[in-house]
Amino acid sequence: MGLSVRNVTLVYNAPGGGVLPALGPVTFQIESGSFVSLVGPSGCGKSTLIRILAGLQEPTRGEAFLGDIPISGPSSRVGLMFQDSNLMPWRTVQDNIALPLELGGISKQERYAAVENLLPTLGLSDFGLAYPGELSGGMAQRVAIGRVLIQKPEVLLLDEPFGALDALTREQISVDLLEVWAQYRQTVLMVTHDINEAVLLSDRVLVMSQRPGQIIADIPVTLERPRCLEDIYSDVFGKTAQQVRAAIGR
Amino acid sequence: MQQSTLSTILNPIERDAGAQKLWVRRFIPALVMLMLLLFWQIVTMLEIYPAFIIPPPIDVAEKFYAVLLDGRLWLHTQATLSAVLSGLGVGVTLGLVLGYLIAKHPLLEDSLAPVIISLQSTPIVAYAPLLVIWFGSGPTSKVITSALIVFFPTLMNTVVGIRNVPRPLHDLMRALRASRWQTFTKLEVPAAMPVLIGGLKISATLAVIGAVVGEFISANAGLGFLITLARSQYDTALVIVAVITLAIIARILYWLVTLLERHVLAWQSRARTI
Repeated sequence: MGLSVRNVTLVYNAPGGGVLPALGPVTFQIESGSFVSLVGPSGCGKSTLIRILAGLQEPTRGEAFLGDIPISGPSSRVGLMFQDSNLMPWRTVQDNIALPLELGGISKQERYAAVENLLPTLGLSDFGLAYPGELSGGMAQRVAIGRVLIQKPEVLLLDEPFGALDALTREQISVDLLEVWAQYRQTVLMVTHDINEAVLLSDRVLVMSQRPGQIIADIPVTLERPRCLEDIYSDVFGKTAQQVRAAIGR
Repeated sequence: MQQSTLSTILNPIERDAGAQKLWVRRFIPALVMLMLLLFWQIVTMLEIYPAFIIPPPIDVAEKFYAVLLDGRLWLHTQATLSAVLSGLGVGVTLGLVLGYLIAKHPLLEDSLAPVIISLQSTPIVAYAPLLVIWFGSGPTSKVITSALIVFFPTLMNTVVGIRNVPRPLHDLMRALRASRWQTFTKLEVPAAMPVLIGGLKISATLAVIGAVVGEFISANAGLGFLITLARSQYDTALVIVAVITLAIIARILYWLVTLLERHVLAWQSRARTI
C-alpha cells in the first residue's frame, strides 16, 4: 500500500490576524513497500506532514492518500512512531506492546500470545513484565517498535524515531529496524535529522526546504540490499550522502 | 506536583530506603515519642502547673480507659468518623467530577473560577456557622463542612492531573482510534493517578479538620463536641483524650491512602529502583 501526497499545504491562523504558512505545497508519491526518508531543517514542517499522513491533522489545502483512499482520520493500516518511545509508564512492557490490540477488543490470551511471539524479535525476551522506568532508552524504543509492529501495519510513519538515543544505540537500532523491514516490507516514511541514517536505510531521500517546507530534492539511493552498517564506508554511500547534504544547504 | 513532593517528605517509605537500616527508622521515632512522654510526666511532677492545665499522662491514660469503657468515646468517635467518611466521599466525588469537567472544558473554568477561588480563599471557620444555621446542628452540617474542605484540593489536583497528561500519549490514543471511554480509562485516569492520590492524602487529613470545625460550632455528638464540652468542665484530660483520638483517626486515614498508593502506583516504586 503506497502513500501519495498532492499539493498538501498547512497554514496556521496567526494570533494577530493574518496567516502563518507552515508547510507546502508538497507533492510526492511513495511506492508500496519502499523505504523513504524525509530530511530538512528543523521547523520546516516534517512532523506536521507525518501528523497529516497519520490522520491526526487535516491539511488546509491538498489531499493525502493511503493507496488510493483519501486520508480522513487515523487508520489501523498505519503504524505511527513518535519522537521518543512515548510509552505508558504504568503499563508493563507486554501491556504497552499489546495496547493497540487491547483497544481493538482482542482477548487477553490472544494479546499476550502475539506479544510473546514478538518479544524475541525485539530482543526483549525477558522483559515482558518490566516497567518502562526500568528500561534503557534503546530498550524503550524497541518496545515502541513492538507496539507498532503488533498492529501489522502496511505503512509505517516514523517521526524522528531515534532522536532521543545516543549515537551507538541509534546505529544498532537502525540496523534492527532494517532487518524488521526486510522481513515485513512495509511502506515506510521516516523523518530524520541524520543524513547517514537516511541514506543507509532508504530507497529514496526527500529533502525539504525551510519553513514552509517544500520538497526541494528527491535523491535515489542505489546501494544494494540487504545493507549493513559497513555500507557507510562505500563510495555510493559517500556520494549519496554528499548529494543530500548539498541539497539541504541550498 | 507540590503535593506529591510534600508527600514524599512526609512518607518515610518513599524516601531513600537504602540509606538507613529498617530498625533504625522504626526505632528512632518511637524513642522520640517516649522522650516526649517522659518530659511531659516530669513537667507535671514538678507541679509548676495545676492538673487542670496540664494533667499528667497517667491521668490521661486513665481517662482514656474510663471513656472507652463507658462507651462515650466510641459514641463520639463514631459520630465524627461517619461525618469524616461521608464528607470525604462527597467532597472527593464532587471534586473529581467537576475537576474533570473543568479540565476538559476551559469555558467551564472561566465561568466557575471566580466562585471557586473566592470560596477557597475564605477560611472555612468563617462561613461554617452559616452552614450550621442552614443545615442544623445535626450530622448534615458536619458532612458539608468536611466535604467543602476536601472538595477544593481534590478539584485542583484533578484539573492539574488531567491537564498534564502528555500530549503525545493523547496523539497515540487518537492514532490507535481509541474511543473516548478508552482514552478516559486507559490513559487519563492512570496518568493522573499519582497527582490524584497526592490530593487524596491531603484530603484525608483535611476531612477530619472539616468535621471537627463543624462540631465546634454547634453539635450534640462527635469528638469536636466532646472537646468543647470537656473544656467547659475543665476536664483537660478528656480534651487530650479527644485530641489523641482525632490524631489517630487522621493517621489511620492517611495510612489507608498510603496503602492504596502502594497498591495502585506499584509501577512508580519499581521504576525508582533503577
